[in-house]
Amino acid sequence: MPKYAALIYSPAETEGMGSPEDWARVMAEYNEFGEAAGAAGVIIGGEALHDTNTATTIKVSGGKGGDILTTDGPFAETKEVLGGFYLLECADLDEAIKWASQIPGAWHGRVEVRPCVEFPEG
Amino acid sequence: MSRSLSETLRLEGGQVLATLIRLTGRFDLAEDALQDALLIANEKFSDERLPENPAAWLTVVAKRKALDRLRREAKRAAKEAEAMSLLVEDTDTEPTDQLRLLFTCCHPALSPEARVALALRTLGGLTTKEIARAFLVTESTMGQRISRAKAKIASAHIPYRVPDDHELPDRLPAVLNVIYLIFTTGHHAPFGSWDDRVDLGDEGIRLARMLAGLMPDEPECAGLLALCLATAARQPGRQSDDGLPVLLADQDRKRWNQEQIQEASRLVDGALRRRSVGPYQIQAAISALHSLAPTASETDWEQIVTLYRMLEGMGGSGVIAVNRAVAEAELSGPDIGLEVLEAIEGLDSWHLYWSTKADFLRRLGRGDEALVAYHQALNCDMNESDRAFLSMRMSELQGQFPGRNQ
Repeated sequence: MPKYAALIYSPAETEGMGSPEDWARVMAEYNEFGEAAGAAGVIIGGEALHDTNTATTIKVSGGKGGDILTTDGPFAETKEVLGGFYLLECADLDEAIKWASQIPGAWHGRVEVRPCVEFPEG
Repeated sequence: MSRSLSETLRLEGGQVLATLIRLTGRFDLAEDALQDALLIANEKFSDERLPENPAAWLTVVAKRKALDRLRREAKRAAKEAEAMSLLVEDTDTEPTDQLRLLFTCCHPALSPEARVALALRTLGGLTTKEIARAFLVTESTMGQRISRAKAKIASAHIPYRVPDDHELPDRLPAVLNVIYLIFTTGHHAPFGSWDDRVDLGDEGIRLARMLAGLMPDEPECAGLLALCLATAARQPGRQSDDGLPVLLADQDRKRWNQEQIQEASRLVDGALRRRSVGPYQIQAAISALHSLAPTASETDWEQIVTLYRMLEGMGGSGVIAVNRAVAEAELSGPDIGLEVLEAIEGLDSWHLYWSTKADFLRRLGRGDEALVAYHQALNCDMNESDRAFLSMRMSELQGQFPGRNQ
């Protein structure tokens, strides 16, 4: 069955904002989604990520074994930041869209659905 | 190869392709196999009569070709199994195959440009070159657009199915829009100089007819077909002998296609009776009212104004508001039309906005302002015959107001 990454983006300016009550409400929404999609056997992975100010970007210059350059922050400053992801297993894109539209990130921000590459077996 | 043979094969091909995609689950394989079969058909039937049911013949041959191709690819057991399953599946073409294909081509996950191109490529059987010409882009741009869309259908697993009833309100408008866009691209094509391009107006009507036949319970499908027919019916009167556009009021109504007008009118009546009104039915009703009026002055403008108001209420565009302004001017006078027009925003780059304004001002005796509006119209993009027509109207006006706008 095809796998899809549902990448959850939210506006950069809202990162780390919001009251504990807001946070609790959003968490409750995520729990609700997790239960529904979990019961349907759709979720095969996923994580919530810490804020982008905890990100470290690594670049190895000059090919494998080259100099390691470590910088503070995300790879690119963008208006929308990746806050987490699910790995979904669905019959087709329509099913993936149906589940992605129930991820709370879809109304608090947006969700990008990307099909995973299927490598041939063997 | 005779023209009728290639045309027949093109039209049958869409149905065959739709079935092959269902059987193989693969766009690319289905297209390649169909091409193989079409080549054989073109050779075989250039001096032989076509079989009774060309689609069935093509399907059998194309299926065999698809199997050959799969066997050549089949390095793994899974592929072999895929090939064998093709053998046992029946090869009957089902009408719903085409509907499935249409919904796949018009999937919201594809860009609107790609939807139109795919529908024309697969169901219309047009070549990439023909589609590129119709949309005024290069062949390589169109080729990329189509192959990117096909790659997305395959890798993102865009399903090949007709949406469930509860999904239709979300999914059907995109399909209707694609077909209407195909129709209008043909209908609004620049006159002359385009003789060698495929008639997208006819293609749009063919697809609309197919959709209306496959979805008889959706009045908007009948509405779309009616709209295309009622619009196409007036095509013979839209152009003068020297190639200039003729205003609706000045058209020779005897040149209109009565058969198409009658069919459109029947379709609209039937659709509206189902009491599930939508924008295509309303536009079709407006178009039919124009087509049914024996003379321009006998047009039912009151009804047309009401219908345009309904369309605007459904979230219509500024273009609809301009059309309503024209109807209001006919019903209540150019001053009322001008009032409606001046309330519209964001159409400064549309020549018909300015030429409509110019016409209202001319009728109100405000010649100087009318000339300014014609200038604005001529600054917009438009096809050559529209430009020639507007220039002519402007010089006529200058003749009436000599020495004012030197």
